Amino acid sequence: MEKKLYTVTIFSENTPGLLNQVTIVFTRRQINIETLSVSPSALKGIHKFTITVNTDKDTIEKVVKQIDKRIDVIKAYYNTDEELVFQEIALFKISTEKVLAMGGIETLIRKYNARILEILENCIVLEKTGLYTETQEMFDELQASIGVLQFIRSGRVAVTRSNIERLSDMLANIEKIRQEGEELGVKSEELGVRS
Amino acid sequence: MEKISGAQALIKALLNEGVDTIFGYPGGAIIPVFDAMYDFYNDFKYVLTRHEQGAVHSAQGYARVSGKTGVCIVTSGPGATNTITGIGDAMLDNTPLVVITGQVGKAMLGTDAFQEIDVVGITQPITKWSYQIRDEKEIAWAVARAFYIANNGRPGPVVLDFTKNAQTALVEFKPEKCDFIRSYIPTLPIKNEKVEKAAELINNAKKPLALVGHGVTIGKAEEELKAFLEIADIPAAWTMLGESAMATDYPLNKGMLGMHGNIGPNIKTNECDLLIAIGMRFDDRITGDLNTYAKQAKVIHFDIDPAEINKNVKADVAILGNVKETLPAVTKLLNKNEHKEWIASFDEYDKKEFDSVINKEVYPTEGPIKMGEVVRKISDATNRKAILVTDVGQNQMAAIRYFQFTEKRSVVTSGGAGTMGFGIPAAIGAKIAAPERTVCLFCGDGGFQMTMQELGTIMQENIGIKMIIMNNNFLGMVRQWQELFYNERYSSTPLVNPDFTTIASAYGIKSRLVNEREELDGAINEMLADDKSFLLIVNVDMKELIYPMIPAGGSVTNILIN
Repeated sequence: MEKKLYTVTIFSENTPGLLNQVTIVFTRRQINIETLSVSPSALKGIHKFTITVNTDKDTIEKVVKQIDKRIDVIKAYYNTDEELVFQEIALFKISTEKVLAMGGIETLIRKYNARILEILENCIVLEKTGLYTETQEMFDELQASIGVLQFIRSGRVAVTRSNIERLSDMLANIEKIRQEGEELGVKSEELGVRS
Repeated sequence: MEKISGAQALIKALLNEGVDTIFGYPGGAIIPVFDAMYDFYNDFKYVLTRHEQGAVHSAQGYARVSGKTGVCIVTSGPGATNTITGIGDAMLDNTPLVVITGQVGKAMLGTDAFQEIDVVGITQPITKWSYQIRDEKEIAWAVARAFYIANNGRPGPVVLDFTKNAQTALVEFKPEKCDFIRSYIPTLPIKNEKVEKAAELINNAKKPLALVGHGVTIGKAEEELKAFLEIADIPAAWTMLGESAMATDYPLNKGMLGMHGNIGPNIKTNECDLLIAIGMRFDDRITGDLNTYAKQAKVIHFDIDPAEINKNVKADVAILGNVKETLPAVTKLLNKNEHKEWIASFDEYDKKEFDSVINKEVYPTEGPIKMGEVVRKISDATNRKAILVTDVGQNQMAAIRYFQFTEKRSVVTSGGAGTMGFGIPAAIGAKIAAPERTVCLFCGDGGFQMTMQELGTIMQENIGIKMIIMNNNFLGMVRQWQELFYNERYSSTPLVNPDFTTIASAYGIKSRLVNEREELDGAINEMLADDKSFLLIVNVDMKELIYPMIPAGGSVTNILIN
């Protein structure tokens, strides 16, 4: 089956050891995590994981269901790139001396819409946010011209294009189910989860 | 409010959950809990096993027969790691367990302290929930949550790692009840459109076949299953863990699925037009090669766990929920139907199997004693009302194939994990859960010796189980594979065995060794004459092979019969 990049989003309780519970599901199937970012979500006490992996549709469906069934995971789902707005941030450390020697850093900064974060005697730190391909292109250009001393790129952060990530609605719905024993069906569709 | 120790709080929390039996083994990091237990010996039965593996398998046996959550208390480090096999086994066979492990004090965590092992880290992949109680104020909450998780939805094991500081600190204890976890929905509500779709498929099916799994027993849905099968006249076959959900002579019971299952249901899997999986998970020992498995059939999958849907076999209709509720929902929409011809079409395969395998195995008149005849004689002698506990291997397959049942919740066997050494301790737990019933344990000579230290538990607790070693002086199932697939190279499978009767007598357990067919009936009668434990050793055919057999990874229709 065709492999592609999937973004897995997980909302969970903020309990210790949860990252391990999530990663072991990937490890069991020998799936490499490409990027990972974890942060508090819009709701207090709930954490959000954004993980990207290269795999096929069949596998990602099974993996996400196995993550979703962990007790402290509130909801896990996956998206393809078309369904998301996403961003990464990259930092480039380059030699001040070489920047001065090369000239034309302004053109480069304008071209990539990058920012200068810090200028020191020995080095300059540039920042660029963008897609993987964009930060990579800037890296390639810098590396080829003056060399990059250090380079770091963050994990992907993403939000869905549709209005489907409504965590507070989802929690309210779960609460409603508890009280009324109601139909849960709506919830998974709202979240863009394939059943 | 009066303050009590964390250890006392734990015991009170367990009593609050209705715990009546605890299996365990003490050690340094859990002494405060055992000390607290001393004051509560009238409130529950405490069973001291001879090894922590014995404690956890006993708790499993207890849980499987009673349907209640099995409880096991052990110390930190090696005490905890000795329970790992049982925890993994319980995860694969969906057995509700709460395993409480001692742990070093909070201040020493992470320092490689004496008997400190990262139990939560080790058990996370093989539990539904694994949690470290580091603070005495969490005890009431964690225990309530543990029991809720273990025995709601798809059951499974939970580990509570209990640090020593939390055991000794004083706390104002108030029991808690857990009936809701916002991140865990045990059972999804039934979806009507799926129910309607399933009923439509069943009503239109000409050749339906139901596959009955452990979910029916776990869901206590035996009657709901019968109602479902009978109205639409659907033949049903079972997985090992689904065995006693239908009585052996129930007319729609068409036998066992899978690697050593009956020929009929395996062949018919690839002939039916509708496969109805009920609380089963299409294990590879059932399906063989998935590429040739039931490709002609539509598939309806009843399961409580969304992660099982489309995991191995794609479902045309998936009905999520407890089969106790989902089966009746579908049954309501079924038309009264008949599939006489289809059901009768199993007969030729039953006859073929009887002539080629069963007759020789169960009714031999000459040659060495066969496992099948031992099993069937004991099944008959207990009027098919006994609880069957098995170890793992050829003995297990013979027992599962030839023991017969009239009562539900009567099979305790290690299915998913195939844990050798499961037998003796699981039988102890089974007997404690159902003291009024006869418990028959079938073991091989290999598995018996893996946990035979538990004969000490039987002696100390005065437990009456009927143990049968079908002795072939070999690790028989591995030997079978070596004979069939490894050019008869019997690497590491012959066993030089002790005198099992001497071992039994050392523990004050009556025993008898049988070499000849003529002695068998008398020995069985002697074994069943009273309620005490008995060890029957039957020397069986060393060269016996379990047939039929679908070689691993083969198609369900590729069945070896000799």
